[in-house]
Amino acid sequence: MTTHSEDSATGTPTDSPAGTPAAPPPDAGGFSNDASSNTLGEAFKAYVDRIRGGDMGALPAVLGLVVLFIVFSVLRPDTFTSNLNIANLFVQASAISVLAMGLIPVLLLGDIDLSAGVTGGMAAGFAAVSIDRHGQSWPVAVIIGLAVGALVGLVIGTLVAKLGIPAFVVTLAFFLGLQGVTLKLIGLGGTIPVRDDFLRGITIKSMPVTMGWIVVIVLLAIYGGLLFWRQRQLAAKDLHRPPNSLLLVKFAALCVILLGMTAVLSQNRSRVPTFVIQGIPYAVFLVGALLIFWSFVFGRTPYGRHMYAIGGNTEAARRAGISVDRLRISAFVIASSMAATSGIISASYTGKVSPASGAGNALLYAVGAAVIGGTSLFGGKGLIRDGVIGGLVIATIDNGLGLLNQAAYINYIITGSVLLLAASVDAISRRRRSATGT
Amino acid sequence: MSEPLFELRGVDKSFGAVQVLHGVDFKVYPGQVTALVGDNGAGKSTLVKTMAGIYRADAGEFLFEGKPVHINGPKDSAALGIEVVYQDLALCDNLDIVQNMFLGRETVTGGVLLDELTMEDRARSTLTSLSVRTVKSVRQSVASLSGGQRQTVAIAKAVLWNSRVVLLDEPTAALGVAQTRQVLDLVRRLADQGLGVVLISHNMVDVLEVSDRITALFLGRVAADIKASDTNHSQIVELITAGRSGDIGIPAATAAKSA
Repeated sequence: MTTHSEDSATGTPTDSPAGTPAAPPPDAGGFSNDASSNTLGEAFKAYVDRIRGGDMGALPAVLGLVVLFIVFSVLRPDTFTSNLNIANLFVQASAISVLAMGLIPVLLLGDIDLSAGVTGGMAAGFAAVSIDRHGQSWPVAVIIGLAVGALVGLVIGTLVAKLGIPAFVVTLAFFLGLQGVTLKLIGLGGTIPVRDDFLRGITIKSMPVTMGWIVVIVLLAIYGGLLFWRQRQLAAKDLHRPPNSLLLVKFAALCVILLGMTAVLSQNRSRVPTFVIQGIPYAVFLVGALLIFWSFVFGRTPYGRHMYAIGGNTEAARRAGISVDRLRISAFVIASSMAATSGIISASYTGKVSPASGAGNALLYAVGAAVIGGTSLFGGKGLIRDGVIGGLVIATIDNGLGLLNQAAYINYIITGSVLLLAASVDAISRRRRSATGT
Repeated sequence: MSEPLFELRGVDKSFGAVQVLHGVDFKVYPGQVTALVGDNGAGKSTLVKTMAGIYRADAGEFLFEGKPVHINGPKDSAALGIEVVYQDLALCDNLDIVQNMFLGRETVTGGVLLDELTMEDRARSTLTSLSVRTVKSVRQSVASLSGGQRQTVAIAKAVLWNSRVVLLDEPTAALGVAQTRQVLDLVRRLADQGLGVVLISHNMVDVLEVSDRITALFLGRVAADIKASDTNHSQIVELITAGRSGDIGIPAATAAKSA
């Protein structure tokens, strides 16, 4: 227990220039790294160290997105970068992102839900049937779809948590079984059309341009306000916090991305001169709302904290009085309900539900999205936003390959390889993390 | 000698046909470290788990501050302020120090929001009150801590909740020399703050150095409850292995019966 140099480490901010390795002496009093002395340069250095230690976060996804955009822009300059295609890409990504966001709670626990895709297809099937055959209104249809999803999640979760069957097996059984249910519901070779204006509108209609700008700017203002208000609170109590400059850079980057996206989507993307299509598709706002809601739940509530704890050390969580079984069931309920939402978005986009809805590579896309975004398949690590960032990467691959007019087999091989690559990055970074202990 | 803070009288515990504890009397005094020693299978862990409410005693009395109490589950013992630091630590590697210390008992504002400000503040002041100075940041993930630091966090977690009695199950078993030193210092400081500390250990040097009283178990019976200053290394070893040493310990006839 050393007590020397205590005074120099607490309170007095060190004005070391950016980039200098101004690491405090290892025994410089308590909590020296919590002091406010971090500069932008030091924060950057710490970030590089984290990446070297295997904690890459969303970096691979962001880099991948940049590379994919460059490659496809070069290969298909006239079509890929057109405003119409960019808007399409966002809508395509929304269904994948919602499915992936829903999977993240399950992945956080170290489980998997292989049935989420077909659950979404089946839930959308029930919603579409209730409108098409029983004349229900869209809110009733949506509630039915979500309820079907939640019920499936409840059953899966109970089987996994209470009976102790591995999630892999339970959800594989559901993957097969639920396809049968959808087939019975819709009929062999049949499709249920989705004509409801509201449901179709989720993906094919856009918010008026002025309104879109207002919503985006207001959201950014609120987020920025909260960010800096919190920073002031932390500073007032002298608690651990990022340097102000880093916060500014991050917030500025977010503003540039969101405002840039709004600017692109606000341009007329119609190919017919007499008809104007502009504005942010409603599906993008739906994804944004779900992203904000679940990020709040998993980042700022005890419930979310407990989910991470179970993923990190189930026994510790149990001893801390957390009811592990109930939380595990809830994770599957979230996954299946989000899958239902995703299924409805897909149905809105394609205008129909068929027995094959959600059965193909939907689930694989979503798992790939979550993992590419930085969520670990080993549990305990991941953020809700990973699903959105990864969803954009997967949608870009899907969209770009579609424009290249490749044979279908190539798309399968490439998408499979991307998933494998992402899982390898996850496994390697996990090994590095356990080696360096970060 | 002051009044015991927590006292067990005549506790029996059987698992099926096997009786593990035979009329165990055990006292924990405030401001003292009571070492619980005994060979493998002597009943140390069973006794700790009985005190923690994980096992229910078949017979016997529990007294807390002289008043009889009932411990029927972990919640009862937690309500009395009895905290256990288990050998395998029970920390989540993916969470930071503050998150681990408050796990399952998070402070919230507005009903749902985690109150990170208050939690970080309290975690920091608890660590400071225990003179923990080796941790660089309370927002550091537990995975990046050394074995001694992890043990420190686990102990600090137990202290955070105004606990009165802390049971430490082999806190130094997996630690190096310097880290053992840190943890033993911490154990001593806990007692100096007025807590009743129970230390289970196989290391007689540690036990003699840090504890005030030593209770030796032999095949489920208390062989001796003696002041640490009145005994020595070889006498404890004898009590652990044979149940008696000179004129103290279990009479040979009783020891043979339970063997």
